[in-house]
Amino acid sequence: MDKREELTGLLSSFICHASSHLPDDVVARLKQMKEVENEGFAATIYDAMFENLKLADELKRPSCQDTGVIQFFVKVGTKFPYMDELADILKDAVLKATKEAPLRHNAVEVFDEKNTGNNTGYRIPWIDWDLVPGRDDIEVYLYMAGGGCSLPGFAKVLMPLEGYEGVVKAVFDQMTTYGVNACPPCLVGIGIAGSAEVAAKLSKKALLRPVGSHNPNPRAAMMEEEIEKGLNEIGLGPGGLRGKLSVMGVNIEQAARHPATIAVGMNTACWAHRRAGIRIGSDLSYEFFTHKGVTL
Amino acid sequence: MSTYELTMPVSDEDIKKLKVGDVIFITGTIVTGRDDVHHRVVKQGKKFPVDIKGKAIFHAGPIMKQNDDGSYKVVSVGPTTSMRMESAQAEFLAKTGCKIIIGKGGMGPKTTQGCIDNVAVHTIFPGGCAVIAAEEVTKVSGVEWLDLGMPEAAWILEAEKFGPLIVSIDSEGNNLIDENKVLFAERKGPVVERIAKKLDFLE
Ligand code: SF4
Repeated sequence: MDKREELTGLLSSFICHASSHLPDDVVARLKQMKEVENEGFAATIYDAMFENLKLADELKRPSCQDTGVIQFFVKVGTKFPYMDELADILKDAVLKATKEAPLRHNAVEVFDEKNTGNNTGYRIPWIDWDLVPGRDDIEVYLYMAGGGCSLPGFAKVLMPLEGYEGVVKAVFDQMTTYGVNACPPCLVGIGIAGSAEVAAKLSKKALLRPVGSHNPNPRAAMMEEEIEKGLNEIGLGPGGLRGKLSVMGVNIEQAARHPATIAVGMNTACWAHRRAGIRIGSDLSYEFFTHKGVTL
Repeated sequence: MSTYELTMPVSDEDIKKLKVGDVIFITGTIVTGRDDVHHRVVKQGKKFPVDIKGKAIFHAGPIMKQNDDGSYKVVSVGPTTSMRMESAQAEFLAKTGCKIIIGKGGMGPKTTQGCIDNVAVHTIFPGGCAVIAAEEVTKVSGVEWLDLGMPEAAWILEAEKFGPLIVSIDSEGNNLIDENKVLFAERKGPVVERIAKKLDFLE
């Protein structure tokens, strides 16, 4: 087997595994939350969630039927030997995984309004590149952007006098309305920047950070904690059916802003937060760091 | 809060006894239909090709696998966001005689009125629990409108004790998720105010 085929196969298995298994940090947080949510509908739903994860593992099936639009966030070393082919390889891996998992067909061409039937399309899979000078390996994050959990997403530009308060208000408004439909408990990703597209992109990158991790800036970390605590007090419960908690966590990412704007972006990951991360060396050895102990 | 097992087709009497917060398990024919199915029936005026009088419409776009003999198997099928069907749902109920809507999240005032007028209920299947749902389907008896693509087609499923389905809109017009949203909105104000006080970072 040539190296290109080997890398395609590895990435395809990576996608398949992620479609039926949540990352370690998410499972650990959901277990903690299940202990607290021990009454009424909340308890019934948490039982169903864990039963579903067990079945998905046993039967090797995608745990949620909505396997999303496939997005990759890639940190690529500028000396990685397959850099030229990587975009094509990622696309081939999606085609292969779509058949093997199997994944739902989720790429609809805009304007033609036709489902391509193979999860690839114009600019899809979506690939976000970060170059890492001098390294010869890559770090690939996969995110399955489902419909329900993408619906609460938004970005808007506030005026500075609305302050960070405006950010909080916008997040709470969205979470108590649209958030209810996004299969809570969600992980909430918030981006704060100077313009809408930067804030939006950072809000998605925030979702790639582990549940329970904190922004290194102390004010940002405090804001994450306050929003998480506040949302939990509202008690959305699983599925918006009420409970003692609302969210798995809140992650914030920021970029320096323009003096005259504070832009906020928000994205939610549903409880079935299918995010996966793998580090692949130039010899194609790998570390599947979001799903410890898994061999692909 | 009661638990019921119902066999479809269901009667008006069966539906009238259901109240928000009840949990039901249903046996019989369930047909999937999302945005495009509702668009065809309501906006384009096409006749729904399956008789779902007294039966269930499932807001779901499944993953299906075709067997060697051409028949289909459900791999994974869970509820999708019901609110997307809000503008068309009431008319869909009137046109098809469907009695049970299955989805996730809430629906709005038009559907609530539709449930009163057509003696129907909206129910919630636990979101993201698509393998459980697939295992409760005993047979795929057909598919219509496959030209819409796998997730959008109308898949005709035979299910046994399909649930748990939490009744979220009943035929008297009670709406569980709406009530919850009112409560969430009330709780939100003071929480936002408290947090805001801690975030005056501007110099
Ligand atoms: S919000 Fe997430 S868990 Fe719910 S249906 Fe969509 S992808 Fe599945």
